[in-house]
Amino acid sequence: MSNLTKGIAPSTSGHPMVRAEGVHKSFGLAHILKGIDLEVNPREVFCLIGPSGSGKSTFLRCINHLEKISAGRLYVDGDLVGYRQKGDKLYELKETEVAAQRRDIGMVFQRFNLFPHMTALENVMEAPVQVKREAKAVARERAQRLLDRVGLGDRTGHYPAQLSGGQQQRVAIARALAMEPKLMLFDEPTSALDPELVGEVLDVMRDLAEDGMTMVVVTHEMGFAREVGDSLVFMDDGVVVESGHPREVLTNPQHERTKSFLSKVL
Amino acid sequence: MPPEQIKAIPVRHYGRWVAGAAVVAILVLIGIAFSNAKINYGIIPDYVKDGTILSGAWHTLYISVLAMVLGLVLGVILAVMRMSSNPVTSTVAWFYVWLFRGTPVLVQLLLWYNISLVFPVLNLGFYKNDMNAVMTPFLAALLGLGLNEAAYMSEIVRAGIQSVDEGQTEASHALGMTRSQTLRRVVLPQAMRMIVPPTGNEYINMLKTSSLAYVVQFSELMKRATDISSTSLAVAEMFFVASIWYLMLTSVFSVGQYYLERHYARGSTRNLPPTPLQRLRKNLRMFGSFRRPEVAR
Ligand SMILES: Nc1ncnc2c1ncn2[C@@H]1O[C@H](COP(=O)(O)OP(=O)(O)OP(=O)(O)O)[C@@H](O)[C@H]1O
Ligand SMILES: [Mg+2]
Repeated sequence: MSNLTKGIAPSTSGHPMVRAEGVHKSFGLAHILKGIDLEVNPREVFCLIGPSGSGKSTFLRCINHLEKISAGRLYVDGDLVGYRQKGDKLYELKETEVAAQRRDIGMVFQRFNLFPHMTALENVMEAPVQVKREAKAVARERAQRLLDRVGLGDRTGHYPAQLSGGQQQRVAIARALAMEPKLMLFDEPTSALDPELVGEVLDVMRDLAEDGMTMVVVTHEMGFAREVGDSLVFMDDGVVVESGHPREVLTNPQHERTKSFLSKVL
Repeated sequence: MPPEQIKAIPVRHYGRWVAGAAVVAILVLIGIAFSNAKINYGIIPDYVKDGTILSGAWHTLYISVLAMVLGLVLGVILAVMRMSSNPVTSTVAWFYVWLFRGTPVLVQLLLWYNISLVFPVLNLGFYKNDMNAVMTPFLAALLGLGLNEAAYMSEIVRAGIQSVDEGQTEASHALGMTRSQTLRRVVLPQAMRMIVPPTGNEYINMLKTSSLAYVVQFSELMKRATDISSTSLAVAEMFFVASIWYLMLTSVFSVGQYYLERHYARGSTRNLPPTPLQRLRKNLRMFGSFRRPEVAR
């Protein structure tokens, strides 16, 4: 047991952490998501796999409203994402309300996106200080602790350019955890890494899963999905083709598209 | 035993010697021309330290700093307005840049100075006064130079903001930061790397362009110099005096600019190159260790 976070706020409310009902997304004329239905339960590690361009990133970005969905409903912990419903009318949330929703959702990007002008410690402190108006001393203490936990306690003063890819991604995870989110989104967190650095990031994610963090992970790491994942969804061309327990889907795929995809990546 | 050092005869660069000789010859010719001219070089050092000139240089310095600050602040605002999704806001910013960049700064200075022709009275509700009393040479110079600068600065700032990777904005939004927090804490500090070097050039330009403020009777360096030359008839001498001051101001500023650029390069490279001072110290240390090899480790 690693105890990466001090205790993840349990969702006592009883509804799923993420619930998508017929989610569609178009960019202009390009119809990317074509009706996604799924549920992610609290404390679950939910893996999303699928070929390039199938809309995995797009769906993940819809969950924290980096993209606006075109149709359907998307809920995080029971709350509609990006909108407020009154009667049968939807009202767009104000910018500050959207920002408030995002505080509880951590996101880790394929290309890390650390702030290059801040040290590792400053990167992790930034959001608690700016968004939660937390005292610097408190934020610094937590940042130090989180960096210790991801194995970078001795790199706090380094700028991102002075860190390896694996180290940068671990700082990025610590940065997201600093907001004490109830849900973490990972968009191919290891696919920009050299093979020998993948393990250190996956280890951190495994610890996080053991702590009971709810995680939605877009990944090409089938080993991670099989060992750590609680459910797995195979997406292709904007629809969910197949879903189930990772071991089931990975060893015994039912659909032709899943079979042909897995035969290429496994 | 260390390996035998290579002792090769270096390539001879004859071209450099020819070019060097040509430069020296041209400089000598120019020097002769200047020394034969009717210029009383002896009085120049005195005028450089003259009180009137000193206060002129001071005025040049502070009007250019204030106008630059005005240009910078307004430039950032205009750049953000220009990139706004609100079409009214972005059109207003576009129009401002079009207008102020498209007309000569000399005309703008004169327009501000003579603004009473259009608005004889300034009435802000709580404050009412004759426009001629309000529009002092200082204010006309500040507005003329600063508002013109804002048009240029807004384009520089906009280019800087656009150079910042979109992933930065996304990461910041994903952490729950608002648009203005993202701009202030994430985007602008990174844009500064792109913004600082051209802004330094803008400021050096501003130091010199501020000489145009003499048309609105603002007593900066150039006005002081021409005032003196019209009474003392030391025309060329005063041009020298003014040039010396402009060169001193721009040189001092260039050093400051170097350190400013270094500051904003933070995090962009693994190791910042040493400053000239650090390099000097290191070379001195190396020189010392050459003479006492037993100290060198
Ligand atoms: N902002 C956008 N504007 C237009 N099209 C977009 C935009 N973002 C994504 N797309 C398109 O949506 C489709 C799905 O993209 P998405 O990034 O979600 O795929 P993905 O499944 O994550 O693929 P990969 O495995 O390569 O990351 C792609 O065809 C892409 O070109
Ligand atoms: Mg993707």
